Amino acid sequence: MTGAEIKEAVLDILSGIAPDEDLSHLKDEVAFREQLELDSMDFLDIVMELRKRYRVQIPEQDYPALSSMQSTVSYLEPLMKDIAKK
Amino acid sequence: MVVSRPDRERIVITGVGLTAPNGNCLRDFRESLLCGRSGVTRYEIRYFGPTVAGQCDYDELRYQRKKEVRRGTRAGSIGIYCAQEAIADSGIDWANVDKSTVGIYVGVTEHGNVETENEIYQIKEYNYDTQFWSHHHNPRTVANNPAGEISLNMGITGPHYTLGAACAAGNAGIIQGVQMLRLGECDLALGGGVSESIHTFGIFASFHSQGALARHEDPAKASRPFDADRNGIVVSEGGCLYVLERLSDARARGAKVYGEIVGYAMNSDAYDFVMPHPQRQAECMRLALRRAGLAAEEIDIVSTHATGTTSGDVQECLALRQVFNGQGRPAMNNAKSFIGHAMGAAGALELAGNLPSFEDGVCHATINLDRPDPECALPGLVANQPCELPNVRYILNNSFGMLGINSVVIVGKV
Repeated sequence: MTGAEIKEAVLDILSGIAPDEDLSHLKDEVAFREQLELDSMDFLDIVMELRKRYRVQIPEQDYPALSSMQSTVSYLEPLMKDIAKK
Repeated sequence: MVVSRPDRERIVITGVGLTAPNGNCLRDFRESLLCGRSGVTRYEIRYFGPTVAGQCDYDELRYQRKKEVRRGTRAGSIGIYCAQEAIADSGIDWANVDKSTVGIYVGVTEHGNVETENEIYQIKEYNYDTQFWSHHHNPRTVANNPAGEISLNMGITGPHYTLGAACAAGNAGIIQGVQMLRLGECDLALGGGVSESIHTFGIFASFHSQGALARHEDPAKASRPFDADRNGIVVSEGGCLYVLERLSDARARGAKVYGEIVGYAMNSDAYDFVMPHPQRQAECMRLALRRAGLAAEEIDIVSTHATGTTSGDVQECLALRQVFNGQGRPAMNNAKSFIGHAMGAAGALELAGNLPSFEDGVCHATINLDRPDPECALPGLVANQPCELPNVRYILNNSFGMLGINSVVIVGKV
């Protein structure tokens, strides 16, 4: 998957986790928590959905990499480069 | 004569919030009961297949955001809807209520089955690898979940918990609220019960295996307590929570009062896992009457528990005849014939359906009584059509459950 495809996949996951929020104005470089009402259980949902959908395993020490869209995509790109878009 | 208590010890109902398969507020629910409208429809659930059930269609987004609905449970959502509706109905100045003085007491028949079944169903896709098991499972399945979700949604910081009391739970929630108000543990109580049970296939499969699940080609006729052709329980979801206050507080704020909890009792059969024990049920009713200071002949309406099982209905009738001596008084009815068995919500909902009788002088019926079972003959049974009943002063509400748990609540007109 390309960086753009990974971003699209993360947005799709976020739309399920934060169904009341408008994600169209999400800024890639700003932390999710500054733009969305997300708590630790929501971040665990992101980890779980990536595991379920793409079998990507994210160790706990890497969770801080999921703080913004930009950092999330950068972190996932090498892990998901050989995964086909769904 | 009813026991005399100072107003600060008299506990009254000042708000009702409910969702039933045939109504999402007391007015609509009552109207359905008076016009014979069933809430039982066709239903299908995984593994078990087609059956019938009572399903609710309240607007879950009236008081919750989509995210709250997603994160929580159906029982929590039903609880939130009922609690919010009850508070709104009570007319209390909620914004200025000290939330630490509010207690939440929610009766449940069971909790956690729905979420556990869902998780197992989902990890099946992953070859039962538990790393795909949701981190939401524990907060969704802890036994206090339905009450806790109300606390979170409404910012209530007083005590909250559920009461696991099988199908006696709706009454148990009310009784707990009364007791906590009398103990001074809270100044306002939300008490009653909820049920999400139609979302677990296990409850249908288990009743079916027990030979106790209702079936009928017309869903509206499937729930038929006291009828010779009854063949079991219709499982339903629903909820009903009451705002309970001390009469002194209710009067001070000029609140509308639906009725006073003048008596209650709970006891145990200590007899069998599933078979009820009429002697203990009768003892429970008599204890509630004694605590209220009432004679059996002073009761105007008995809201029966009967679920439509072959033996259970007969057992309750034996108990009722012991207590009320088989005379024509009081009138007796059964709300399950309309809505099925709302499990943890049943006792609270069935009481609610009768409360308007204090005002409108009508007793709703038991429907689907086409061929009354002689073994279930009750002199006061209101069959198929509501009856005029002027000057209703006392309603006795039965609610019994598995493992032999019995509960009775008596409400008086204020």
